[in-house]
Amino acid sequence: MPLVKHGAIVADDYVAVADDADLPAGGAVLVSAARLFAEAETLAMRNTPVGVAWPNNRDVAGLVPWLDQLSLIALVFPTFKDGRAHSQGRRLREIYGYRGELRATGQVLRDQFTFLLRNGFDAFAVTKESDAQAFGEATHRYTEFYQPTGDGHLSALQLRKQRHKAVAT
Amino acid sequence: MYAYDEIDQTLVNERVTEFRDQVRRRLSGELTEDEFKPLRLMNGVYLQLHAYMFRVAIPYGTLSSAQLRKLAHVARKYDRGYGHFTTRQNIQFNWIALKDLPDALADLAEVGIHAMQTSGNCTRNVTADQWAGVAPGEVEDPRVWAEILRQHTALHPEFSFLPRKFKFAITAADHDRAAIKVHDIGLKLIRNEQGETGFEVLVGGGLGRSPFIAKTIKPFVAGRDILSYVEAILRVYNQYGRRDNIYKARIKILVHELGIEKFAAEVEQTWRQIAEGPLTLDDEMIEDIRARFVYPAYERLSDDPAELRAAADPKFEAWRSNSVAPHRQPGYAIVTLSLKPVGGPPGDATADQMDAIADLADRYSFGEIRVGHEQNLALPHVAQRDLPALWSALDALGVATPNVNLVSDIIACPGLDYCSLANARSIPIAQELTRRFSNHETAKLIGRLHVNISGCINACGHHHVGHIGILGVEKNDQEVYQITIGGRADEHARLGELIGPAVPYAEVPDVIEDIVEAYLALRDKPEELFVDTVKRLGVQPFKERVYATR
Ligand code: HEM
Ligand code: SF4
Repeated sequence: MPLVKHGAIVADDYVAVADDADLPAGGAVLVSAARLFAEAETLAMRNTPVGVAWPNNRDVAGLVPWLDQLSLIALVFPTFKDGRAHSQGRRLREIYGYRGELRATGQVLRDQFTFLLRNGFDAFAVTKESDAQAFGEATHRYTEFYQPTGDGHLSALQLRKQRHKAVAT
Repeated sequence: MYAYDEIDQTLVNERVTEFRDQVRRRLSGELTEDEFKPLRLMNGVYLQLHAYMFRVAIPYGTLSSAQLRKLAHVARKYDRGYGHFTTRQNIQFNWIALKDLPDALADLAEVGIHAMQTSGNCTRNVTADQWAGVAPGEVEDPRVWAEILRQHTALHPEFSFLPRKFKFAITAADHDRAAIKVHDIGLKLIRNEQGETGFEVLVGGGLGRSPFIAKTIKPFVAGRDILSYVEAILRVYNQYGRRDNIYKARIKILVHELGIEKFAAEVEQTWRQIAEGPLTLDDEMIEDIRARFVYPAYERLSDDPAELRAAADPKFEAWRSNSVAPHRQPGYAIVTLSLKPVGGPPGDATADQMDAIADLADRYSFGEIRVGHEQNLALPHVAQRDLPALWSALDALGVATPNVNLVSDIIACPGLDYCSLANARSIPIAQELTRRFSNHETAKLIGRLHVNISGCINACGHHHVGHIGILGVEKNDQEVYQITIGGRADEHARLGELIGPAVPYAEVPDVIEDIVEAYLALRDKPEELFVDTVKRLGVQPFKERVYATR
């Protein structure tokens, strides 16, 4: 499954570790929520990046105490119609101030890329190779947005207001 | 009318390009039907019994004559020359080919209309009182707010994959023509004691297999906070709405299962996290939208002009007393065009009719047309002196049947004639009922009476809130119909009550006649509406009348 980060297809630095498997000696790891909570101290002592795979039916507020230690949060779209992780992403970014990598996993298709970017995702484990390759094209399709999100785009309402100001001065 | 600026227009054009690409990928097999389905639904494309059905949004029911002409063009060029206006201020085309859809959308985009979010599990087209901005006694024009909501909910990044569809309706009048209590979020524009405009926010209404009347979640939310507040509701719903069972996925079930107090507390907490943030509206933003609503340059006229008194044609008078409503501007009127001719399918209009209505709107209504949830159209700014001439023209077009709000002004879904989910026919029953009640004098004697028909439990015809509701169900391979009475969709919204066992297809018109006759015998005075008689007496006397001889 290709991983797209900052608009390019890249290798995944993280090794996903099953709950019953030993942690590798070094390198970035991706663990479950249960393991994160159970082995917090061991994970903190590794001094290598730690990511968590967070289920889409669990309140992300539960991650708040860990956010400083996490370099990756992988949220899940079990099917792309299940949009719970869209809200999780926005809350992590905009309410809880998470700054690390926010990765969309599961059934991730090109038709969601723009939405995901707007919700604060910056990495995409894409289901189809062709979609991964079309990332740039798919995410530049829209130049105007109605809603303000944490992605920095001005919403239409904000943009119009700014233009009025520019005209007035 | 709201005039698009280049931001709105660019977005609509970009949407067309995106959809063209999605259709191309589907036709080439790059997208599976499973993957394509939610994408096409978000653009109003259903796979129906006979063909793809295409549903175009008419936000808050306002159309310009140019837009209506373009709808006629789509009907003519890509479909079979007619369209079907629905209970959600949309128009549906039933016979369109997938390969033509991008072109149809591109044509519509030229006049600033689109099919965004007319279907799918997203925030749907925002509906409003079809008389918004012209009805006397409104707090202010609710379409300004409907447009703010339309923009905010169009291609919303967080809420395009909700557990289920999500519908807003808005009104600013005491008499609710927008059925806000049977929507996921209902908004009533009000002014508080400080003179500030805001909303009473209702949540959790809806029909379908488990009907609910919406409950008030907050009696007053200031206008500036409305986006952040509805965002909070949607965020709570997106996270906690059920996804395990599509029949329990609507927000009404979440509200029902949690209880309104708990749900409201959850929303309040979520709202506190985002209130005062970037979603907060300021006067400039609101003004910017308001300024792009262009209102007609009305003439200074007075009510009841001489031209009207001279017109003594009884047919005209019948139509006038039925289809013409008071306007906030002296000397003007709101004219409803009935799309319920005797023997016709409710809500259908041909391309030629649409073109002709657009011309009449240019001539008599400042180029504006409205679409109501009762599946009728309206011309919102007609000078009273023009009524006789307008009537002749409308009559010639077949849209002047004087039955608005009367028993033959039936709301019906497409049922078995078009719909792949249907259990029973709706349209032929509606047609037969319009024939039975075609005598205007009798209909007038009966008074306001709403008959609503759905071909299955999904309730697209709003049968639960019909004064008389007719629901098609299937029993042993037979189409049978459950009849409810006493429902209503206005400010006193109630769900109808079943009168007894379902009746076979062939008997439905007789049963409805029996119910109406029972009402005429039971009402305590002619002014007592059917629904009020049912409320006073309950279903029992109607049940007795219907089943005594069956
Ligand atoms: C022919 C294709 C159609 C299909 C496949 C269809 C499908 C559905 C389904 C599945 C529901 C139930 C949703 C739920 O309760 O969660 C529904 C509800 C509804 N539909 Fe349709 N429909 C169609 C046409 C129409 C038409 C023509 C109208 C208007 C005349 C309409 C208006 C509505 C309304 C108002 C509801 C009630 C939703 C509520 O308040 O809960 N639909 N439709
Ligand atoms: S009520 Fe049923 S039959 Fe009628 S349009 Fe809706 S889904 Fe189809």
